[in-house]
Amino acid sequence: MKGRLRHLAIGGLVSLALTLATAVLSAWPSWQSLPEDSALIRVSFSVSGARNCRDRTAEELAALPRNMRRKRVCERRRSPVRLSIGIDGATLFDAAIPPGGLSGTGPSRVYRRFEVPAGDHRITLRLQTDPAAPDKAVTAVHEVTLDPGQNMAIDFDTTTGSFVLY
Amino acid sequence: MARARAALRRGFDRVERGLDAAFGPDWNPMAQLGPLGWFLFWIVLGTGIYLFIFFDTGVTEAYGSVRWLSTDHWWHAGVTRSLHRYASDLMVVVMFTHLVREWAFDRYRGARWFSWITGVPVIWFVYLSGITGYWLVWDRLAQYVATISAELLDAVGIFGEPIARNFMSPAQLSDRFFTLMVFLHIAIPLLLLLAMWIHIQRITAARTNPPRGLAAIMLGALIAVALVLPAPLQGPADLATVPQRLGIDWLLLGLYPVIESVPAGVIWAGAALFTIGLIGMPWLPPRRDGRAAEVFLDHCNGCERCVADCPYAAVRLAPRSDGAPFRFEAVVDPSRCVACGICMGACPSSSPFRRSGELITGIDLPDQPLAALRDEVIAAGRALGDTPGTGRVLTLACGWGAGAGSTAPGRVGVPCAAMVPPAMIDFIISRGLADGVCIAGCAERECHNRFGVAWTEARFARTRDPYLRERVPRERVLTVWAGPTETGRLGEELDAFARRLAAMPPYERIRPLEDAANRAAPRRRQRSVAG
Ligand code: HEM
Ligand code: SF4
Ligand code: SF4
Repeated sequence: MKGRLRHLAIGGLVSLALTLATAVLSAWPSWQSLPEDSALIRVSFSVSGARNCRDRTAEELAALPRNMRRKRVCERRRSPVRLSIGIDGATLFDAAIPPGGLSGTGPSRVYRRFEVPAGDHRITLRLQTDPAAPDKAVTAVHEVTLDPGQNMAIDFDTTTGSFVLY
Repeated sequence: MARARAALRRGFDRVERGLDAAFGPDWNPMAQLGPLGWFLFWIVLGTGIYLFIFFDTGVTEAYGSVRWLSTDHWWHAGVTRSLHRYASDLMVVVMFTHLVREWAFDRYRGARWFSWITGVPVIWFVYLSGITGYWLVWDRLAQYVATISAELLDAVGIFGEPIARNFMSPAQLSDRFFTLMVFLHIAIPLLLLLAMWIHIQRITAARTNPPRGLAAIMLGALIAVALVLPAPLQGPADLATVPQRLGIDWLLLGLYPVIESVPAGVIWAGAALFTIGLIGMPWLPPRRDGRAAEVFLDHCNGCERCVADCPYAAVRLAPRSDGAPFRFEAVVDPSRCVACGICMGACPSSSPFRRSGELITGIDLPDQPLAALRDEVIAAGRALGDTPGTGRVLTLACGWGAGAGSTAPGRVGVPCAAMVPPAMIDFIISRGLADGVCIAGCAERECHNRFGVAWTEARFARTRDPYLRERVPRERVLTVWAGPTETGRLGEELDAFARRLAAMPPYERIRPLEDAANRAAPRRRQRSVAG
């Protein structure tokens, strides 16, 4: 039994060391996820692009059965939504976001995050839902002060048709 | 690859020899990794149930309740929380050590593929259990884990609304999310349990409990560390800010910094490649086990010993099919058989003494049948000379221990120590083929074929059939359990044994092999195949 006591003691110490090492690794060393003097801008929303519509010509209408003679026809597929984000005059993001859904019938959804230095920034936003109508694009300019580690969210409220910043 | 494996195996052997000294071979944790994994799981489950009593679900309630139990009630609930975390972390350590060790010991291919590929989902369930657990605390780390996980999932593009939107700002987070997380953190560990259970289905009497002493040591160490180093809380999650510097659990969440820094596509591809690669390992390249054991019904009485001794659940009893007056017969499932020969060593028909007719037993290994083993033993005895009393040692060495591959005179190789029927020892000594017999098998802490060491010891101690006969002088039988890096010790023990034997008067009850029997010592002859 003396041997067993020794095993309990030495084995116990070995196990203690292993468990301690495991416990230390469970919180250390720490990880710098975002540099100390940076902040984060997250942009996320879902907006439906315009539908491609046109009026049928008279001949087309005449060729259809009487009960289906609807003048305006739209493609199922929505058009992409163009989002541009600028910061202090530079382009942060500028891309066309395709519609969601298998056949492109759903809204365009976006989720993006950008690491920016903390401090004062001038953020310009532009969202165009109809490629054919650049003049109908929604634009906004925001002067913001971002604290280090701040998480600024940019959403788009479809009911009011404007950008929302949290 | 084979060279890397051999080097790794020797590395393990060296480390484990050190641990043998610290814990004793029977408590050696390296030989108990599977059972330890189970033990840790039960600790995690038990502590989890206890923690759940105090846990509140909700955006602010979750953190509040964890803080309350970690501070106000640190002496029971806080310690439980630390135990819950550290046992989960240890499970990761144990799991990967176990994985690498099974690979190094080449126990993942051939008929053993099942245990390997069923281990792969276990890895994922362990990680997913840990991740969903960290999420629940809803501190800064949880916020980080939640955001990065959501972004990774969103990259798949099958979820309509981006999940990461939930963590955009305080306004967007709902209690519903916590309900889902609590559900997942209960469901996934249960799936883990199911996967662990499937994992051990092709193993006879899988060890799922470590020896009590080792269990006590591990639990003691965990409690001590939980008291000394309580699991930290990293401040409440706040979606208006981003965690900048974080304490990361490198064991369970170690991939998060990588996920953060590498495109999601690379992460998903890496995860898929890792999983597929791991599942494919047993066939990259496959191992050719020896041919499966065969049953010879004329010599099988359905005694069930082979069923009880096979470590891989490869033999079962079936109703008698040949009209012989026994109820059962042994049937081998070739897809599970690793050709260790333990069943042959267990069969009461495995007697080398028979002089007439061909030497056939109830269950035999086509690649090294009993008859061939007897031939090899006789030849090895001859090589030792025929002067009794000169300390001639005939060694039966398994393919995995210190004696593996040796071609020294008097050595006979066998797949497993327990393949040698006890009657063979009797035969060698009573026929004067050697003055003593040594069985050289794997290190005592763990047999390559799981039960080779245990069954051999039990048969020699006459506590498990088939017994080593009483008449065999015990001082002429030596067992050496030594791993691949202990060839030196094996040599020393053999030398000392030879000296002891030489100092004894020659064994007086030798009945030499008759010439007739020698001539009849069969090569391989036609056998009636039954089964
Ligand atoms: C925490 C997770 C795991 C637990 C609790 C566990 C548990 C076990 C247990 C109890 C055994 C039987 C040991 C015995 O009685 O001899 C075993 C065998 C085995 N495990 Fe695991 N295991 C885990 C993970 C894995 C993983 C990830 C792999 C590899 C992908 C793996 C591969 C194997 C193999 C190949 C065997 C068969 C050994 C043999 O044939 O002798 N295990 N495991
Ligand atoms: S050789 Fe015998 S004991 Fe070994 S796996 Fe095959 S059937 Fe089982
Ligand atoms: S040990 Fe031999 S006799 Fe007994 S069931 Fe197995 S094959 Fe038959």
